Amino acid sequence: MKVHEYQARALLQQAGIPVPPSQVIESPEQAAKAFRAIGAETVVVKAQVHAGGRGKAGYVKLVQSPNEAQREAARMFAQPMVSPQTGPAGVKVRRILMAQAVDIAREYYVGIVVDRARRVPVLMASAEGGVEIEEVAARNPDAIRKAWFDPHLGLLPFQAHALAAALGLQGHRRKAGAETMLRLARLFLEKDCSLAEINPLVVTTTGELLAIDAKFNFDDNALFRHPEIEELFDASEENPAELQAREHNLNYIALEGNIGCLVNGAGLAMATMDIIKLHGGRPANFLDVGGSVTPEGAVEAFRIILADPSVKAVLVNIFGGIARCDVIADALVTAAKEVGFQVPVVVRLEGTNVEQARHKLREAAIPQLRPAADLTDAARQVCAAV
Amino acid sequence: MSILVDGQTRVICQGITGKAGAFHTAQCLEYGTRIVGGCTPGKGGTKSAHGLPVFDTVHEAVAAVGADVSMIFVPAAAAAEAAMEAADAGIRLVVLITEGIPTLDMVRARKFLDDRGTKLIGPNCPGIITPGACKIGIMPGYIHKPPAAGTKNVGIISRSGTLTYEAVWQCSSRGYAQTTCVGIGGDPVKGLNFIELLDLFEADPDTHAILMIGEIGGTDEEQAAAHIRQHVRKPVIAFIAGQTAPPGKRMGHAGAIISGGEGTAQSKIAALRAAGITVSDSPATLGEAVARVLG
Repeated sequence: MKVHEYQARALLQQAGIPVPPSQVIESPEQAAKAFRAIGAETVVVKAQVHAGGRGKAGYVKLVQSPNEAQREAARMFAQPMVSPQTGPAGVKVRRILMAQAVDIAREYYVGIVVDRARRVPVLMASAEGGVEIEEVAARNPDAIRKAWFDPHLGLLPFQAHALAAALGLQGHRRKAGAETMLRLARLFLEKDCSLAEINPLVVTTTGELLAIDAKFNFDDNALFRHPEIEELFDASEENPAELQAREHNLNYIALEGNIGCLVNGAGLAMATMDIIKLHGGRPANFLDVGGSVTPEGAVEAFRIILADPSVKAVLVNIFGGIARCDVIADALVTAAKEVGFQVPVVVRLEGTNVEQARHKLREAAIPQLRPAADLTDAARQVCAAV
Repeated sequence: MSILVDGQTRVICQGITGKAGAFHTAQCLEYGTRIVGGCTPGKGGTKSAHGLPVFDTVHEAVAAVGADVSMIFVPAAAAAEAAMEAADAGIRLVVLITEGIPTLDMVRARKFLDDRGTKLIGPNCPGIITPGACKIGIMPGYIHKPPAAGTKNVGIISRSGTLTYEAVWQCSSRGYAQTTCVGIGGDPVKGLNFIELLDLFEADPDTHAILMIGEIGGTDEEQAAAHIRQHVRKPVIAFIAGQTAPPGKRMGHAGAIISGGEGTAQSKIAALRAAGITVSDSPATLGEAVARVLG
């Protein structure tokens, strides 16, 4: 689960990591008052959306007066932000963070993830702050210093001090830098983060160490023990079809193509998208109905797939194990009645109770249904149908 | 022969009185697995629906019925702890089926298991099956083909569930048997991985070829490719799911995500091909690929 910058900044503050004074506004009218409350000469106005590319899109602006703050805020609230990460329609801005602008002397990067290969958390630090860590990793991997730490012991003080020294931090700033890393590591472990990143962490011209921007992702599987984090979820940032699917325990991801997919199992669902592409088609979605699919769940899956106007054909690929083919066949019959098929639906069933399922589908004689002999045949048929 | 489990393996089920645990214990018993008991805290001293003894703790179960493998169906919030309890009781192999376990729980559990020399399969996996002898998990047993005199046999390692069934089905339909099939699971932090299992299959005289099914996310397949080049002489056939997956999106499995330019299908396929491994472009031609290699 992703959170907004202003929410991440509040978490840093709670953890005792210094950030510049700020205000969050939800309408342009609040901008002037917020400007005065911050009480700085220059204030940075930042749209709060999950998508990146805000700076280049003109949604991070420096302002020097209440009027200017209001004008920029009004523009950001009025026009959806379009960046390479948002798609052409852009995303609507619902909140804006206003923060004191600081004079930066040096920028650093500090971030924590779980290292999958070593199976422990790793803190990464770099003196090349303000740019994406992936970019640094690709261009100059030696610029990234790493410290792996035990989840029970946490990041140890000597590790943090060594990293702060490696970044070139001196004197009291080295101590402050190490303290920031220790607090970030504690936060990462306490809140079950999958990413905790401060970028940039800056030294100001007056020698202060401050976190300017932060990004946090949380482990969805651990949200049950962090209700305070779950509360930060912003449904307006999510694709509505993906949200609807989640409510029905379906795993759905919208894509750009025109062939809808309904599959059981995540690996098979990915493989089904791949075989569509291999035969010249383009998948409209990833959809895993799960191992213990109910008829209601499968009907809902059809509803979601067929609500996408770009879908010109559907491929149903089920390998029955615990999920039974006859349950899927019943769902197909119900969906044909309740949702209605306006496009061809190619059906490939194999595995548990497949004969019963085939019999049921023959009986139902749904005109749009096209049985496939095997997976290759299914891919060919569905690609030919669009 | 087989790897890790066979007809002699004595299995307990943690979570045997839960809905999934009870159902799959019945299925495994029907397949012929020697399930000798189960654990549910608070229900010790009772019998399960299958007539098996239920214990409060794994220690008690091990002392009473002598199990060496535990199959875990405990809910996600307590599943990592259940695995640690099994390890502490001396269980040799933990098969953790549960999906949705917090990653940091698995970081902690994996270390605990490593310290005690307990091996782990999963989490978020279908389990392990040695066809004809021992099924520990949720896979449909009937699609598998046990080795017999004269059969050519494949060992299967996979990060997926149903895609593994697909692969098994394609092999069985063409007459290829399986020594053992291991679903290693779709999570970012897990137990046995490609490399350890490749070594076990390499050493198993009855396994003639190894089929590995990977997917996007992480670099396990790249590491496996480097390992195969050095240490595996049996033919390896691979498929990588997620060639069309967009970056930054979690494709169902917690571990199936391309992030920071790492974990793409293209990178994995390139690494595997560079190591001389047959990579199938299509999930529908895995059986054919095995046939090409084994004849």
